[in-house]
Amino acid sequence: MNEIVESLQPRFAGIKPRESSDHPAIQCPVGFILPLIECLRDEFDYKLLSDVTAVDWGEEESPRFSVVYHIFSIKAAAHIRIVADCEDDENPSVPSIVSLFPAANWHERETYDMFGIRFEGHPDLRRILMWDEYPYYPLRKEFPLAGIETELPDAEIAEETRAKVLAAPMMGGPFVAKEGEPMSRSEPRAKDQSWTEWSKKTLEEE
Amino acid sequence: METQSSQVGYNSKVEGDVIVTKVDAVINWVRKNSVWPMPMGLACCAIELMGVAASRFDISRFGMEVMRFSPRQADCMIVAGTVTYKMAPVVRRIYDQMADPKWVVAMGACASTGGMYRSYATMQGVDRIVPVDVYISGCPPRPEALLDAMMKLQKKIEKEPSFKQLGKETEEKRVWA
Ligand code: SF4
Repeated sequence: MNEIVESLQPRFAGIKPRESSDHPAIQCPVGFILPLIECLRDEFDYKLLSDVTAVDWGEEESPRFSVVYHIFSIKAAAHIRIVADCEDDENPSVPSIVSLFPAANWHERETYDMFGIRFEGHPDLRRILMWDEYPYYPLRKEFPLAGIETELPDAEIAEETRAKVLAAPMMGGPFVAKEGEPMSRSEPRAKDQSWTEWSKKTLEEE
Repeated sequence: METQSSQVGYNSKVEGDVIVTKVDAVINWVRKNSVWPMPMGLACCAIELMGVAASRFDISRFGMEVMRFSPRQADCMIVAGTVTYKMAPVVRRIYDQMADPKWVVAMGACASTGGMYRSYATMQGVDRIVPVDVYISGCPPRPEALLDAMMKLQKKIEKEPSFKQLGKETEEKRVWA
């Protein structure tokens, strides 16, 4: 599986094969992202960028954020995964690969929107799902699923309706299937069933 | 039919070609039979909304087939789908642009309560920003449920004082936060 990684290692010092249960995966230093992906595209026929995303390993971890690329080779019908750890845990950033794959444009915008990872050199790095002024990055580990109270995107409408962005009632959720059982046999339910609108969960309120 | 006939006094022997009625009854009768919807299709519920407009369910039986994509020409906003916080101000702005009198139907679990989206991105019910007249349960509701809601809306229109809402609308039907 890892011949590619081995053949690349002399050219890109510092890349390592990465543990993976499916596709070959490369752990790559941030500085090599552009040349490595360009090399894979031009010399190894990985021509179809199928995914750009990121992982937040948790607030205490360092490196905290990893950016993950999945690239597909149509000829070999195989994926490859490239993972790069962001050096800065506070203001993570990696180089943008839009110059290599235009398809990365919206993927990178989404990753920026959800994780706050900046893609340096991106032609138009704006949020793509949440509105521009939204102050949080929803897929970061410290962000609660229910959300955090903040202002509506439109100040005029906010004043007119006195509505706000409010944390959603979770009723003991999020709703998950019991571990170790197939979904068909364990209905998704809240882990803490005692919680209702009237008897609140103490855990979350603090 | 009963409510309507009681609104109309007509005796062919006495009145000939003349019908005696109330202004309210006439105006409301006209209004309720030509509720032009503003299809605020935001997610999967909008598909059912389209189904209602098509021949099998045929919303035109109620004079409501004229889906108006211009809020200026619409009477009833059918919020069909998930209202995200990003979209919510747009929904309100379109509601504001509709001419009085106007009504709102919250179609489906999402529009009514946020539905299955208990999350940071979804407004937990469109009634936080616009006053809703009829809520429809279901995910998605069957087209029949929408027709039922529209008939309920007709009943509601029938009973309204026809001049009540004009002008005062935004004050009176003020939204609760
Ligand atoms: S209520 Fe169900 S069908 Fe309707 S928009 Fe929400 S998720 Fe879709």
